[in-house]
Amino acid sequence: MSADQTQLAFDWSCRILSDNGCGFPAPGLHSFLFKPLATVGGFEFNKVMLLALLTSVLVVAFFWAAFGKAKVVPGKLQLVAEAGYDFVRRGIVYETLGKREGEKWVPLMVSLFFFIWIMNIWSVIPLAQFPVSSVFAYPLVLALLVWVLWIGLTFKRHGFVGFFKNITGYDKSLGAVLPLVMLIEFFSNLLVRPFTHAVRLFANMFAGHLMLVMFTVASWYLLNSWFIPAAGVSFVMSIAMILFELFVQAVQAYVFVLLACSYIQGAVAEHH
Amino acid sequence: MIANLVQLAAEETEQNPLIPAGPELLVGAVAFAIVFFFFWKKLLPNINKVLEERRAAIEGGIEEADAMKVEAQSVLEQYKAQLAEARHEAARLRQEAQEQGATLIAEMRAEGQRQREEIVTAGHAQIDADRKAAASALRQDVGKLATELAGKLVGESLEDHARQSRVIDRFLDELEEKAEATR
Repeated sequence: MSADQTQLAFDWSCRILSDNGCGFPAPGLHSFLFKPLATVGGFEFNKVMLLALLTSVLVVAFFWAAFGKAKVVPGKLQLVAEAGYDFVRRGIVYETLGKREGEKWVPLMVSLFFFIWIMNIWSVIPLAQFPVSSVFAYPLVLALLVWVLWIGLTFKRHGFVGFFKNITGYDKSLGAVLPLVMLIEFFSNLLVRPFTHAVRLFANMFAGHLMLVMFTVASWYLLNSWFIPAAGVSFVMSIAMILFELFVQAVQAYVFVLLACSYIQGAVAEHH
Repeated sequence: MIANLVQLAAEETEQNPLIPAGPELLVGAVAFAIVFFFFWKKLLPNINKVLEERRAAIEGGIEEADAMKVEAQSVLEQYKAQLAEARHEAARLRQEAQEQGATLIAEMRAEGQRQREEIVTAGHAQIDADRKAAASALRQDVGKLATELAGKLVGESLEDHARQSRVIDRFLDELEEKAEATR
């Protein structure tokens, strides 16, 4: 199917109704494991790392081409890039943080959006065919970055006591349940939030990749005698999944950045 | 191949997708840092500057257009005012010309009347004078002729000048009265 079939541990000879005794080579966790492409001083450089770095190159190259020599009267490329930039700036950052507070967060959020989006899009690019964000480390490092910024900003804005009031949702009017609320809020904000922030992106891409692999592998596996129509159905499904994934990839990038903005907004807002 | 699958399946049991690998965290951080660095330091300041310039250009254009509109408005008003003034002036001139014409005609008419009367008066006077001159000349001639005729008829008795003159005058006056009466 693709260049990484050895890493997928996918046996070409396996077909339904064939007599070599093998079953359906279902995708699983092993689909997310890659043999190192190169090992430099004990550092195993794999395909996902390559794609992550290619993401950086691609995003920077595209925006360099578009904005490097930006003109007042834009060309086509600049126009497209401006539309993307404006979408994040106005559609996400200004919407949640307001223009005054949001302005200094624009570079971070724009970087996050396009970095994540392209990491996701690798899922449907021939030869790559693997979403970088389906490896937990990549969403996690971005979620941790947002988390650290959020904590730092909350400290800076509200001081030590204010920080605890902010993250525990301190509200005297709650009365007797206040300790309970504070405990829940503390765990929710400080520990669960960065985890869910990362997992939301990771799990979507992980599941999407599993579905794609399953339908494409099944299309091949079923391509034998009277199962051929089923193989056709599976192939159509894999095409449909590609289209659906394109949608999910954009939505997840959007959601990740939107959440990052809303967390930052919680830090800069006067405590509730 | 089967052996390979079994080996991978064995690894699978130990694999937890939620435990991130250190190197991948590092690569992820570096990859993102590259993107962020370029956006933050170079690309977004670049485009923001251009967007600002564009905004200024558009606003400048609008301001210019506004200024031109105001100017056009003022020119139009000026023009309209001038036009109204010119119309007013023209009307005034026409009125004046009419008045002048009327007075001129009246004056000329009066002058004509005056001249006519003068001429008529002069004519009358001339006629009177001529008539008087003719009358006196005629009177003398007629007197003389009558005297001569009478002298011839009566002889020398009527030679006395005074008497002669008186008689002639009286005769002529009578003639005149008759003429007056018949007129």
